[in-house]
Formats: sequence, C-alpha cells, structure tokens
Amino acid sequence: MLEARQLRKEYRSGDHTLAVLRDVTFTIPDGAFVAVVGPSGSGKTTLLGLLAGLDVPSSGSVWLDGTDLGRLSEDKRAQLRGAKVGFVFQSFQLIPTLTALENVQVPLELRGDDGAPARARELLARVGLGDRVDHFPNQLSGGEQQRVAIARAFSNAPRLLFADEPTGNLDSETGERIVELLLTLNRESGTTIVLVTHDLALAGRAQRIIRLADGVVVSDASTERPRSAVASMAG
Amino acid sequence: MRIGPLLSLAWKESRTARRRLLLYMSSISLGVAALVAIDSFASNTQRSVREQARALLGGDIALSSRQPFPKSLVVALDSLKSEGVALTEVTTFTSMALLERTGGTRLAQIRAVTPGYPFYGTILTEPAHQWAQLQSGRFALVDPSLLLAVNGRIGDTLALGFARFIVIGTLTSVPGDVGVSSAIGPRIYIPARYTDETSLLLFGSRSDREVLLRLTPKLPAHLFNFRFKERLEAAQVRSRTVAETEFNLTQAIDQLRDFLSVIGLVALLLGGIGVASGVNAFVMRKIDTVAVLRCLGATSRQVLAIYIVQAIAMGFLGAAVGAVLGVGIQLALPSVLADFLPLDVGITLESSAILTGMLVGVWVALVFAMRPLVALRNVSPLQTLRRESDAAALRGARVDPLNILVSVTMVLSIAALGVARADTVQQGLMFAAGIAGAVGFLYLTAAALSSGARRLVRPRWPFVLRQGVASLYRPGNQTRSVVLALGFGVFLMSTIYQVQQNLLRTVDVKLDASRANVIFFDVQGDQGEPLDSLVRASGYTVVQRTPMVPMKVSSVNGVPAARLLTDTTNGGRRPGWVVRREFRSTYRDSLVASEKLTAGTFHTGGSAAPAMPEVSVDKGVARDLRLSLGDTIVWDVQSVLVPTRVTSFREVNWTRFEPNFFVVFETRALDKAPKQFVVLADVRGTGAVARLQRDVVTRFPNVASLDLTLIQQTVANVLGKVTSAIRFMAALSLALGIPVLFSAVSATRRERLREGVLLKVLGATRRQVGRIMLAEYLLLGSLGSVAGVVLSVGGAWALMRFVFKQPFVPALVPAALVALLMIGIAVSIGMLTGRDVFRETPMAALREA
Repeated sequence: MLEARQLRKEYRSGDHTLAVLRDVTFTIPDGAFVAVVGPSGSGKTTLLGLLAGLDVPSSGSVWLDGTDLGRLSEDKRAQLRGAKVGFVFQSFQLIPTLTALENVQVPLELRGDDGAPARARELLARVGLGDRVDHFPNQLSGGEQQRVAIARAFSNAPRLLFADEPTGNLDSETGERIVELLLTLNRESGTTIVLVTHDLALAGRAQRIIRLADGVVVSDASTERPRSAVASMAG
Repeated sequence: MRIGPLLSLAWKESRTARRRLLLYMSSISLGVAALVAIDSFASNTQRSVREQARALLGGDIALSSRQPFPKSLVVALDSLKSEGVALTEVTTFTSMALLERTGGTRLAQIRAVTPGYPFYGTILTEPAHQWAQLQSGRFALVDPSLLLAVNGRIGDTLALGFARFIVIGTLTSVPGDVGVSSAIGPRIYIPARYTDETSLLLFGSRSDREVLLRLTPKLPAHLFNFRFKERLEAAQVRSRTVAETEFNLTQAIDQLRDFLSVIGLVALLLGGIGVASGVNAFVMRKIDTVAVLRCLGATSRQVLAIYIVQAIAMGFLGAAVGAVLGVGIQLALPSVLADFLPLDVGITLESSAILTGMLVGVWVALVFAMRPLVALRNVSPLQTLRRESDAAALRGARVDPLNILVSVTMVLSIAALGVARADTVQQGLMFAAGIAGAVGFLYLTAAALSSGARRLVRPRWPFVLRQGVASLYRPGNQTRSVVLALGFGVFLMSTIYQVQQNLLRTVDVKLDASRANVIFFDVQGDQGEPLDSLVRASGYTVVQRTPMVPMKVSSVNGVPAARLLTDTTNGGRRPGWVVRREFRSTYRDSLVASEKLTAGTFHTGGSAAPAMPEVSVDKGVARDLRLSLGDTIVWDVQSVLVPTRVTSFREVNWTRFEPNFFVVFETRALDKAPKQFVVLADVRGTGAVARLQRDVVTRFPNVASLDLTLIQQTVANVLGKVTSAIRFMAALSLALGIPVLFSAVSATRRERLREGVLLKVLGATRRQVGRIMLAEYLLLGSLGSVAGVVLSVGGAWALMRFVFKQPFVPALVPAALVALLMIGIAVSIGMLTGRDVFRETPMAALREA
C-alpha cells in the first residue's frame, strides 16, 4: 500500500519560496491502477518523484508498505526502489551502452540475482522482443525502446510501477499497444501502477483518477471501471 | 552488489566509452614511460658500474698528483714490489702533435704509459690487439679524431716534441674515459720510456701523474691507505680505491637520475591534470546513465564503484602503454648518452622499475580521476524525470567529506612522490611546492582571463569574436584546463631552450672578447722573443705576450702553509686547494680589461726596494685564504722565497678567453724569475693558422698552440651532442602536452557541438561557426603560451642563476617559436575535436531536443 500524507514540496528561489505541492493526501491500495492528471506545471512530476522516493518532501510523508520513505537514507531508498519499484519514462531512459537484454538485467544484477539473463530473456519475449535481445537502444524504434523499458521495469517483479507519460514520445497506435501491455502486466502480476499523464483518454483507462491543479488535489474519483472490466479490456 | 556482477556491469557499461577513457588515461603514459626509462636506465648503469668499477679505475688503487712524486714516496712504493704489489704509471700532458707527411698539427693529450698499464679493463684498438704492441717500440695509439684532423693514417710518423712515433692503430674504447673528453684534445698513448726524448716536460709544463697499483690479498686497499695515508697527504697525492670510484660514479648517476626524475614527475602530474579534465568530460556524459541506475536501485556507492573500476582498468592500460614505451626509451638511452658515459651500460629489463612506474601511474591516474568521479554520487535519480544542466546535476553539498579526502590525497600524493624521488624531504617538498606554484600561476592566469574576458567584451565587436571570447567564461568553460595544459608544455619547452641559448651565449662571449685567434703556451722564457719575431716575420700581429711564473704559498702573515690548513683563527679553516695549489702568476703594473678592482689600490710599479713588492689578489682567493689588505704573503718561487704585501683585490671575468690570473705581482718582484709565456696572436687568412702552427712546432717543438676556431668547433661539437639531448627533452615535453590538451579540449566538446548546431539552426553558416571556434582557440592558445613563456623566463633565470651561475638574458626568439608552435597545436586540436560541428545538420539539434 502506498500512502501520501499531507505532502508539501517547496522550492526556494532567492527570497521567494514556491510551493509546488500542498497538502496532498491519498492512499493507493495494492494492485490498483491510478492515473495522476493535471495541466503542465500542476506538480505531477514532483508528486511522482516523491511517491517513488526519488526526492524527499518539504513536509508530510510517503509510506510504502508501512515504511516512511522520508526516514530512509538516499541509499536505503535506492535499495528499496531496487526491490519494490519499477519505472517507465516518457524518454525511455535506456542506458545507451547496454543491449536490450543487459538493460533489462541491470536491476537484477544490482541486487545480485543469479538468474538475471534467463528472467530478462523471458520478459523481453513477453513484450514481443525475444528476437531483439542483443540490439542496442539506438537500433530500436521508439515503441521497441519503451517495451524494453517496460520489461526492465518488471524485471524485479515490482510491487509498484511508476509510469511518467509513457506514451508521450510515441504515435497513438504504438502508444495504445504500450498501454495494453501495462494493463496486462498489472493484471497478471498484481503490480500497483501509478500513471502520470496529461492525456485524459489514457487516464480514462485507469480505475481511479487523481486530478492536480496548482499543486493541490482538486478531485480524486473512481472511474467506476471495475477491475474485471479492466481485465476484459486488456484481454 | 557482489564484486563479480559489479565488474561485469562496469565492463559492459564502459562499452562505447572505452576508447575515450583510454585516450584520457593515455595522458599518464608518457609520465610512466619517463619514470620507467629513467629508473631502468639508472639501475642498468649502476649495475654496470658495480661490474666495471675495477676496469674503470684500471687498478686496485690509483694515486694521482700534479707534481712528480717525492723521492721518498717512490722508494716506499717500490719497496711494495717485494710484497707482490705491481705498479704501473701514466703521465698525461698536452703537446702539439705534428704529422710529418702532411704537416698537419693538432694540440693533443699525450699519455705516456709504463708496461702493464692498465691492470684491469681492456683498451680496444683498431686494428685489434695493438695495445699489446705499444711497448715494443716507438709506437703511438691515437684517437681516430687526431688522424682526421691532421689528415693522417695508420703507419704515419707523428712528431711529439723532439721524438718520433709510428702510429700503429686507433683507440676504439678506453675504460673510464668519457667519449666527449677526446673532442677537447685527442688522446695519444706512447710508451713512457720515450717521454724524455720528447723534451716536452720542461720547466713549468703541466703534467698529471697517476700510479696504478695491483694489490695482494695480504695488502688490501684499506690496509694500504692506512699505511700510506700520511705520506700521501704530505706529498699531496690523491688516492682512489675501487670502492670510492664506484661510490663517486653511483652518486653522479643518482644525481642525473634525480634531475631526470623531476621531469618524469612533472610529466606524470601533467598527465594527471589531463586525466582529470578528460574524466570530467566523461562524467558529464554519464549523468543520464547514472540517474537511470539510481532509479533502478543502484546506491551511490555502487555507481561510484562501477566508474572507479573503469578508471582503474583504463589507467592500468595507459600505464602499461607507458611502461612499454619506457622500456623502448631505456633501450635507446645508452646510445644517446654514449659520449657522456665512462662505461658500457648493459641493458636488462628492470622489473622493479617497470612495476614502480606502473603503480605510480595507476595511482596518479586514479587520484586525479577521483575528483571528477566523486561528483557522480551527487547525480539524483530525479534527473530521469527532469534533466537539469550538467553542472547543476553534479552539484553536491558545499562541504563534502569524500571530496575533501580526495583533494587531500591528491596533495599528499604529489608531496609523497616528490619526497620519494628527491634526496631529502626538504628537496621533495620544495619540488612539490614548485609544481604547485607553477600550476597556481597558470590557474590564476586562466581565472583572470576568464573573468577579464567577461568585462572586456564589447557589443560593437564582430559577432564571431564576441562569441569566441564569450566561450572563455561560459559555464563549464575549458579555459583553466587548456591554459594549464598548454602553459605547462610551453613552460617546459621554453625553459629548456632559454637555458640552452644562454649557455651558448656565454661560450660566444668567451670567443668574441679577444681579437686573437691563436694562442701559444708552454713558451719558455728564452723562446718568448724569437717566437714573437717569427710571428711578426710571417706578417701577423702578436696581440699579447704574458709572462707566467709558477709558485706556491709559503706563508701568510708568518704562518707556514702546512699550518694554514689546520689554523682555525681568523674565520675557520682554509680550503686545501687554495693553500696547496700551484699558482701561475704574472706581473704587470696596470689592470687589464677583464679585471675590476674591488678593494685597495692597484700597484703602479712605483714602490722600490727595500719596501716589500705589492700584489693584487683575486677576491675569491682572498676570501678563501682569509686575506685582508696589508697582509704579507711569502711565495715559494722555484725555492726562492719572495715576500709580498697585499695591496688590492680584484674581480676577474674568467669567461673571457684570455690569460687571467689569481695573483698579479708588481713587475720588479718577478721579472728576473724563471718564467714561461703565453702568446696570443691574430692570424688571418685561409690555412694561415695551420702554416704558422707547423712553423712554430718545427722550430719550438715544446710550444703548444691552439687554434681558437678549432675550440669553437669543438665547443659546437660538444654542444651539438648536448643539443640532441635537449631536443629529446623538448620533444618529450611537447609529446606530454598533446594528450593532455586533447583531454582538456574534448571535455567541453559536447557543449560546443550543441551550441554550434543550435547556431546553425538559427542561421549561422559553417564558416561563421568555424570562425567562432578559431577565435576561441586562438585566444586560449595565446594566453596559455604567454603564461608558459613568462613562467619559463622565471624558471630559466633561476636555473642560470643558481645552477649554472651565469648571467641570464631572455631568449625571445625561441620562446616566440615555441609559443607559436603551441598556439598552432591548440588551434589544430580544437578544430579537430570540434569537426563534428561542421558535419552535423541542424536537424540534430531538433532530434536531440
């Protein structure tokens, strides 16, 4: 379970203090698929950074499975990410010097998992890239790169997956395939997915939409889409 | 993360960067090469010294003196023969050698040797084995350069004084003799029993005697010294044992190694700077990757470990390349230095030198790479979501303990290397401080330029120039690293040339100061007038005829010479040389151009008996003898005691090529004494000098003469050999600068590329972009070069002043040439590294955005 309690994030610029997030509180149960939407500058990316433990709030706290992330050192947070969290980025963020297979292996190798190559191959096969394992990122199309990124995100069997505009750099058809893939993996592995986007159509595929404006939550509502419906769509 | 996967990830991650990282790390290769070469060569040489010390000395003990040994000593030494000790002797003196067939003459070093010389070591000749024939007749073995000079060949007859010798071969190797020494005067070996026949060892002639002893197990060197110490000291005979020879040579080699080591260390540290600026560029390219790794759960320690592993691996490779290069240089050194070494250097691979060089190299590379690398810890995983500028992404806490630790390690490493290489801790620290001073100066210059450029730039300047200047102070600029690299290169090269030019100049002064071009010496008292007439009759001018009287100090203010050595009153003990030496004094009643009065009044010849004659003493001698004006010195002039009063001190310019004297007497004191003359003549016309020399040597076989143009050639010859060593050093300094410069320039390559492409998007032509780059590199190159030249003038001044003790005049032409060369190199490297800017289309900028 992921919990945000009265999150506040401020940035200082000279004498001014700018509050990018204010009093953000919500709970996301395990296995949920939640979309965070809002216009540009509303604080979406900042919220994602805080929820994933990439950054620490100015006040308030983020709890992941009963652990207050703010109380962990940066390295402890890194280890927690390695164990429980996966990421999918708008710009894919593959390591250019590693092949598709090696990119997927990284989280496993970082925690010293011996079965890394086999698991990575299996994941790449599941995202439809079983025959491209030895290609470097610059030899893959945008959609393929994002699929590698998704395979990497799931390689450590995360409890929680953060997706930051995952279809932002892709054409609509490819984007659709990526969303389907995410949904399937969500359903099959029970991973909680937090999707950040300004694309309302994409957000509509989630069970719940948290709307941000000027750093505060303006609405938090279920899309009344039962999980089974999600499942049937994905199927 | 365990070590295996870490290494594997580090290896895979380095895939595209290996070549670049290796280039950065190659900055240290030359430093390692220098250290390996120097240490290996020094070890080789020292081993050879140990093996050859006995051959270098020629005997177990060598006894040498400027005067004939006293009878009592000769008798005592002879008595040793009954104990099984063997003796042999060599007498060395200079004389004219005349080749009768061609009439060619040349001043030569004659070495008259008795049978058995030398006991150890082999003198090699061409044809072979002629050394064994030397004693069997009136034979001579000569340096090949003599035959060349007098146009002679083997089998010719050589006249030395009144004796004639047949040349039976040339010398190819004489153990213990430095090749260069034969350039000053070719050697001629003759059997000692014919020395008297030459009649060359006349009154006042200089000759050195050396007796070699082959000892027995019953009388080892220390026992011999114990038995003879007092007798040898009394006779002013110097004794050298094999162990002492070995010690002296080893010490000389140590000094040479220390000196070269400084250059090696500078090279290494310069390499370190290259590594730092290169790795800095490398780090900027890795920010995105590190951010992703951090997102995926890598700890900052793991990230740092990955890149340290890469740096060590590449540093190791760079050092290995250097070690191989160093071994190559080691192989070449003996032939480069052959003329300066008194022994054959056997070459073996020195594993300890190679290992030390590599370890030091890897350590320096790592320490210098660590500074930029630790910044990677500061890369936040947030950079994956929102990418900041490189500088912002790498910015860490103001006080970072690891950063401080790295800086402290760096300073300590430099100091430790300095101390390890120097003789004393103080020297090592001074060396480290010197480097820090030079780096500090260059760094401050660069910082001043950077901030000065910001204020200097004017809106009315052409756009390309403004852009070029602006790049000197833009964020993440390369001004400091390029100026440092360039400046240091220019500093090293220009210093070498400054010193060389200044040394050459002092030699020139010597030769130009006198109108004379031929000098005659060993002219006996009764030969002065006839020689004068001969020169004049041939149509030439005698510029100077100076009388010379050999003498020794008998007493000072009533204290006999023997007691002067131990007398500690009046300011401590007097150095032995000044009490023991044979003074060759002259007499005249006026100063000459090369002298300056520093105290008292120079005698004018006005004093008359019974007043004591006056003398003027060189101020250095006066200081060593602890003299004051008015003191009394009694001189022993061929056993006649001549009391004098010191009435003036002079400063003598010894660099002028004319007879100069420590002591000048009032004329009346010495004009009756037995004397020699030195005659200087002005002889013009082609072949005139050779003809006159031949005429003189035919009539006065004992008179030696020297063609000063020949000296000039000899000096040029010796300097030529030195120059090749200097060129080697200069080339090394240049070679050092280039990889460092490459590293420094490529550090900002990406920014430049981005900026250049963006400018193109905005409508700049390739020509304009090129000009902007040209302006930037011209500015950087000029500034680095000027800073380096300024430093080198300071460095060269210090070297001339404190090491060579000569005046210094900045040599601007070589400095300007070195500066121009380096500017050219900086511009070339800059344009070469930035060539992608010309290639890239504006589309690249869009794609990257």
